[in-house]
Amino acid sequence: MSGLRLHLNAADYLILSLYFITVLGIGFLARRAIRSSADFFLSGRSLPAWVTGLAFVSANLGAIEILGMAANGAQYGLMTTHYYWIGAVPAMVFLGIVMMPFYYGSRVRSVPEYLRRRFNDSTHLLNAGTFALAQVLIAGVNLYALALVIRALLGWPLWLAIVVSATFVLGYIVLGGLSSAIYNEVLQFFVILAGLVPISILGLIKVGGWNGLVDKVRGTKLGDAALHTWADTAHANNPLGANWIGIIFGLGFVLSFGYWTTNFAEVQRALSARNMSAARRTPLIAAYPKLVIPAVTVLPGLIALVTVPGLGAKTGDLQYNNAIPILMRDLLPNGVLGVAVTGLLASFMAGMAANVSGFNTVFTYDIWQTYIRKDRPDGYYVTVGRVITVVGVVIGIGTAFIAAGYNNIMNYLQALFSLFNAPLFGTFIIALFWKRMTPWAGFVGLLSGMLTSLLTYLLYLGKVLHFGSDLDESFWGAGIGFVTVLVVSVVVTMFTTPKPVEELDGLVYGVGRTHVGTDTLVGDRVWYRNPLLLGTVAVVLAVAFYLPFW
Amino acid sequence: MADEAPATPTPSQARLFDVRRVIGGLFVVYGLIVGGIGLFDSKAQIDKAQGVNINLWAGLCMLALGAFFLIWQWVRPAHPTGGND
Repeated sequence: MSGLRLHLNAADYLILSLYFITVLGIGFLARRAIRSSADFFLSGRSLPAWVTGLAFVSANLGAIEILGMAANGAQYGLMTTHYYWIGAVPAMVFLGIVMMPFYYGSRVRSVPEYLRRRFNDSTHLLNAGTFALAQVLIAGVNLYALALVIRALLGWPLWLAIVVSATFVLGYIVLGGLSSAIYNEVLQFFVILAGLVPISILGLIKVGGWNGLVDKVRGTKLGDAALHTWADTAHANNPLGANWIGIIFGLGFVLSFGYWTTNFAEVQRALSARNMSAARRTPLIAAYPKLVIPAVTVLPGLIALVTVPGLGAKTGDLQYNNAIPILMRDLLPNGVLGVAVTGLLASFMAGMAANVSGFNTVFTYDIWQTYIRKDRPDGYYVTVGRVITVVGVVIGIGTAFIAAGYNNIMNYLQALFSLFNAPLFGTFIIALFWKRMTPWAGFVGLLSGMLTSLLTYLLYLGKVLHFGSDLDESFWGAGIGFVTVLVVSVVVTMFTTPKPVEELDGLVYGVGRTHVGTDTLVGDRVWYRNPLLLGTVAVVLAVAFYLPFW
Repeated sequence: MADEAPATPTPSQARLFDVRRVIGGLFVVYGLIVGGIGLFDSKAQIDKAQGVNINLWAGLCMLALGAFFLIWQWVRPAHPTGGND
C-alpha cells in the first residue's frame, strides 16, 4: 500500500492538528448551552436555516460518499450525476415542501416517534430498533474505511487510526450533543470543499481544460458514453447498466425518496431548526450545494480516468476508490495537501457523527424513555444520551475491527440497510395521505416490505435471482419492497380498525391543522425564503444542469 | 482559537455560541498558513501543481472565506431572543 503514501510535512500536520483542536473546541463551547435533553438531542430547536441546511448536506458528505462518487465517475462517467440531479434534489425538495410540515409541525423528536403517534408501538419499535442497529453498524463501516485511507495515505496502523478518529467524534458529541455535531458538520462542509476544489482545478489544468478532458475521455474504454447522462438510456446498454425507467423510478423515486425523506440521520438536522420556516428550508438550502458537488467528486473521477494509467484494477492501489487519493498525491504540494487530507478526515467524521447523533437520540427518546425508564427527570435522559453515545461508538469500533477481518460483510450490511429505507418511504407516503390506514397496516406493511427487500437481496447473493449489476439489484430490491408495502398496507387496512381521526391531528394530510405559519419570524416572509420558490428553482436547475450533458 | 465567542448567557438559558466566528477564525488561520507557504513555494512544488502557485491562491481564497464569516457575524449578530413577531 506504500504507493499511495503522501509525504506530509510539518505545515500539513499543523493544519491537521488545528482542525482537530477546533473540533473539540466546538464540543466544549456547545456544552455550555446544554440545559435540557432538547438542547442535547435537538439543539434546543434553535438553529438558523443556513446552519441546518449545510449540516444536512454535510451529514451525507461522508468520505465513503466522496470517494465512492469519484470512483463511480471514473467507472460510469457522467451518468454518475444521476445520483445528484435526479437521485437527491427532487427528494430533498419533496421533504422540504411536502413532508416537513408533518415532521416539524407535529413536534415529534424523531422519525420513529412519528410512526408511534401515527400507528402504534409495534411499528415504532420495529423502525427504532432497525434504525439504531443500522446506525452503529454503519458508523463502524465508516470508521473502518477511514482507517484504511489513513493507513494508505499516512502510514498509521489500522487500530491507531480507528481509535483516534472514534475518540474525537465521541468526544465532541458527548460534550456538545447535536449542536456540536451540527456545528462541526457546517465547518466540515467548508473544510471538505477547501480540500477538494484545488484537486478539480489542478486536474482540469493538467488535462487541458474541459475540452481536453472531453477529448481524452473519448479515447478511454468508456468512450463517448461517459459524456452523456440520458442519451443511451432507452435500453440498459450504457455504463450504468440501467434504462430510464430504472433510473427515474428506482433511483430517482424509490431509493432517493426513501433515503432523503425517512432517514433520521438526515431529518434530525431539520428538526433542530428554530421554526417551521427554517425546518422546511433546511433540505431546500441543502439542495443547492448538492447540485454542484459533482464538480468535486464526479469530475475528479473523470480526470483520474484519463490521467492515471491502469485505474480500475480489482485490487491494489489502482482501484477506482483511490481516484481522489491518487490525484492528491500527484497534484497537491504541501500546504493544500494538508488541507485536502484534513478535508478527507473531516468528511469521515461528518459521516460518522451523523450516524452517532441519530443513534443516541433514537435510543434515548424512542427506546429508553418510551419503553424502559419512563418519567424520569429530564436531566437523566441527557446522561443516558451521553452514556449511550459512548456505548454506540464502542460498538462501532468493534464493528470496524470485525470488518477488518471480513471486508465483504460490511459492504453487504450497508447495501442491506439502504434497502430498508424504501419500504419505510412506502409506509410514510400512505400514512401521510390516507387517514384510513390502520395502525396494524403500518406494522404489517412495513415488516413485509422489509422482509421482501431482504429476501430479494439474499436470493441475489445466493445467485438464485439474477440482475444486471449490484446497482440494478438495489433498484429492483427497493422497488419490490416499496410495492409490497403499498399492497400489504391497503389489504390489511381493509380488515383492521383505523385510529380515531382526532388522534391524527397534524399527522395526516387534511386532518386538523398542520402548523405551517404560526411561528414565523419577521425575516422569513421575504420572497427569497419562500420554500415553494426555493424548491422550484432547485428542480429547474437540476434539469438545466443535465442539458449540456444530455 | 483562544478568542472564541464568550456566548452571552441570557437569564433563562445559556445560548449557543455563533458558529460563524469559529469557521471565520479557522479559515483566516488556514489562509495565512497556506498563503504563507505559497509565498515561499519552491519551483518543484509549483511544477507539481501544473505551474500554478496553488498554495497562494488557495490561501487567499480561504482568507477571503474566513473574513466573510467574521464580517457577516459582526454586521449581522444573531438575534438575542429569536425576535418573534
